Amino acid sequence: MRFATPLKNLDRELARFHARLKVGAIFVALLATALLARAFYLQIMQHEHYIQRAESNRISLVPTAPNRGLILDRNGRILAENYSAYTLELTRAQMKDLDATLAEVGKLVEITPGQLRRFRRLLSESHEFETVPLKSKLTDEEVAILAANRYRLPGVEVKARLFRNYQAGPGMAHVLGFIGRINDRDLKKLREDGREQNYRGSVHIGKTGLEQSYETLLHGRTGFDQMETDASGRAVRMLSRIPPVPGKDLRLHLDIELQAVAEHAFGDYLGGLVALDPNTGGVLALVSKPGFDPNLFVDGIDPETWKSLNESPERPMVNRVLRGIYPPGSTIKPFMALAGLELGLRKPSDSIVDPGFYSLPNSRHQFRDWKRGGHGVVDLRRSISQSCDIYYYRLAVDMGIDRMHDYLAQFGLGEKTGIDLEGESSGLLPSRDWKQRRWKQTWYPGETVIAGIGQGYHLTTPLQLAAATAMLANGGKRIEPRLVQAVRDPLAHVWQQQPAGVSGQVAINPAHLAAVREGMMDVMRPGGTAAASAAGAPYTSAGKTGTAQVVGIKQGARYDASRLAREHRDHALFIAYAPAENPTIVVAVMVENGGSGSGTAAPIARAVFDYYLTGKRPGDMKLEADDAAD
Amino acid sequence: MPRTSHWIVRRLSHLDGILLVLVLLLLGISLAVVASASGQSPARITGHLINIGLALSVMVVMANVPPHLLSKVGPPLYVAGVVLLIGVALFGEIRNGSRRWLNLGFMAFQPSELLKLALPLMLAWYFQRNEGLLRAKHFLAGGVMLLLPFLLILRQPDLGTALMIGASGFYLLFFAGLPWKVILGGGILGGASLPVMWGLMHDYQQRRVLTLLDPSSDPLGAGYHIIQSTIAIGSGGLFGKGWMQGTQNQLDFIPERTTDFVFAVFGEEFGLVGAIFLVGLYLAIVARGLVIAARAPTLFGRLMAATLSLNLFTYVFVNMGMVSGILPVVGVPLPLMSYGGTAFVTLLLGMGILMSVATHRQLNKS
Repeated sequence: MRFATPLKNLDRELARFHARLKVGAIFVALLATALLARAFYLQIMQHEHYIQRAESNRISLVPTAPNRGLILDRNGRILAENYSAYTLELTRAQMKDLDATLAEVGKLVEITPGQLRRFRRLLSESHEFETVPLKSKLTDEEVAILAANRYRLPGVEVKARLFRNYQAGPGMAHVLGFIGRINDRDLKKLREDGREQNYRGSVHIGKTGLEQSYETLLHGRTGFDQMETDASGRAVRMLSRIPPVPGKDLRLHLDIELQAVAEHAFGDYLGGLVALDPNTGGVLALVSKPGFDPNLFVDGIDPETWKSLNESPERPMVNRVLRGIYPPGSTIKPFMALAGLELGLRKPSDSIVDPGFYSLPNSRHQFRDWKRGGHGVVDLRRSISQSCDIYYYRLAVDMGIDRMHDYLAQFGLGEKTGIDLEGESSGLLPSRDWKQRRWKQTWYPGETVIAGIGQGYHLTTPLQLAAATAMLANGGKRIEPRLVQAVRDPLAHVWQQQPAGVSGQVAINPAHLAAVREGMMDVMRPGGTAAASAAGAPYTSAGKTGTAQVVGIKQGARYDASRLAREHRDHALFIAYAPAENPTIVVAVMVENGGSGSGTAAPIARAVFDYYLTGKRPGDMKLEADDAAD
Repeated sequence: MPRTSHWIVRRLSHLDGILLVLVLLLLGISLAVVASASGQSPARITGHLINIGLALSVMVVMANVPPHLLSKVGPPLYVAGVVLLIGVALFGEIRNGSRRWLNLGFMAFQPSELLKLALPLMLAWYFQRNEGLLRAKHFLAGGVMLLLPFLLILRQPDLGTALMIGASGFYLLFFAGLPWKVILGGGILGGASLPVMWGLMHDYQQRRVLTLLDPSSDPLGAGYHIIQSTIAIGSGGLFGKGWMQGTQNQLDFIPERTTDFVFAVFGEEFGLVGAIFLVGLYLAIVARGLVIAARAPTLFGRLMAATLSLNLFTYVFVNMGMVSGILPVVGVPLPLMSYGGTAFVTLLLGMGILMSVATHRQLNKS
């Protein structure tokens, strides 16, 4: 019996063991089924999804940025070009301690405080996984030192980048503008325009000037290399390649030599000048003084330099030709004269006696002539050549503000010219309607009087004045100023002429136009207001001087430039074209605090005409080109 | 010479033919997959061959050790293992945040590896000793023997290994006849204590479970492994991309791809058809092991054969489940596939024990 129980137990245990083996087998079968069900789900049901994810793991599109187009002047002189340079760039996300890394890098290559400030600013504007330049234009030696130490500086890279160089100097800054690093605002705009994909390999974008307005042409199309990459992002091989299409080169109407002459002629004065071809609207020169060095912006400007530029009282960042708005002053008179003739209010021979002042009926307020005692007997030609105010007070009153507005509007005054640069101001051509809308006030007759001599609400830009003057020079053809003359595909080497900037025609009675033009020629002749600056010229010219008041002069007081601080002196204006019979160049000059148009503005125009028409440079102008040739 | 060759034949006669063929098939596949996963690295392939050779020798040796001798190794091995685990708890080296390694001066060693075999051997020895007299107290004692190393490993902490060793002990108790009501009761109790367990889990363990539930929550961290391995397997499709053609594999996207994640490489290159074949091979080994268990003359042999078979498939399940994204990432290699000397030796040692049980049929009277 003692053996029976264990033996029986043994049998029972064996039977139970066999039963449990079956349970174990079923258990294993269930586990195997679960595994295969999962494999079936992944490999059959979700196969498409996972094959796509494997492909996107494997294939990466590596953008290749196109070369930016060049900008050349009318004679093919390079104004903006590219160069390749090594830059030191840091990626915040790849380093543990930014300050320690900066200190380490500082031991290897020299980092100036300005570079450091600029880096900090760029860093604050970037995501931490973006690479931010610390120092550009590394020397070969610096590249070698950094490459040798790269292994212990994670997140520090030396990259070959294309940069923009503006060799034409500060004077061209307002025309060319500059490129800068793409920021969040640029990115947002690119996204809205659906152009984001095209900038995947790009670091820079045009910010101002031609770089901005011709961005699409200059930038080109980004190419893409379809690369097979491994998990660490290393390219293993190239699968396919869409080459980048380089940006288009631009050739300007502008002559860099003429530009230099104009800039030189300003001397110490600030202001703006624009020279147009009256037949094509081509911009021959565009000066806004002071300028600035656009190269500062290409790789990010450091905050202090930016602050000094931005807060300078001279406002070097403002393009005075496009954005400076001034009362046109007496330069409005040729247009007023033409309006009087065309509207049938005056005949060329009609003359008045100018006593030196004008009063509205039933008013004792005296509107004075700039010349005490007046000009005596004044007809249309003399009204222009002597710039008689009384003639135009009366004409304005006879015309009324609304007719004045409607006629002058045909010359584009008070509206944007449509030049191929952004940021143009429209100025203001006042009317009864405008004043009601803007100020909810009625128009006063006295306001019409001063509007007749381009004072009061009236505001124009130098560019508007030039474009309007071009219409006097070309017989009423309305132009849209154009900087770019031709565009070239750098691979095809063929310049494609851009359409001329002509946008309409104003019908003008030739006899009326001739009378006005005679008056403007008289301005330049002995006895005219700008006769001194035309003396001895081997060509004829026509013009009109003007001044734009900076401070109001009290009734009965005299304007005396010598007694005023320079910043309170009037702005000097001058519009002109030459040769008078068959004009090829139109100029509008504005000299800030220049006093009188005849004294400071007209001589600048003379220098421009001289160079453009005869090739003569101002005697005291130092020639860089000659220096280089020696 | 004839005597030598006769001796060799005698030794080899202890190998189980069916098991040997299945194991060699698996090893062949493993060699091919590791070659592909390592980018045909000669060093890796040579190392793998050495491991396989070493492990096969161990298997042959073990097949020749009669079960009754083997059973005597159980208690000392178990005691040594537990003592070493206590040593780890007191003097162990901390690596990656847990205390698992014991520095023996000439080598670093994980005593928990030892318990993978020592625990079943100990329990099988214990139940063999009390064959026919099994009562509740024996199962209670067995439970204590199981819990001692389990808890020691759990607090290292090494949840994965603890669970694997716990599973092997449980299988043995199960085959020894652990009453169903205890199993079910324990299951219910275990289920109820899950929230408590969760609270006791370490941060990284909790994270692993959470990552499993939603790998995309941590795509660059722990989730990366699972995401990339499921992409590899899923993109393999029905027939796979072909040997050495898996892009996930060849381009480095699969982490740990010669070791723990080798199934991702296999699944990508050989597809569902390959996976079915592979799982089939494992099932065949398990089936053969269960047949050996059923025919084994001693309780020790039965328990060891059945436990080792189920244990093998548990490793397969946990590894493949982890790689294909249905189980958390625990460091468990795929048996007889993943590169790694220790695992290979341990596994083929187990195969050797199975073969020993299969070929030592006569009842050993002590």
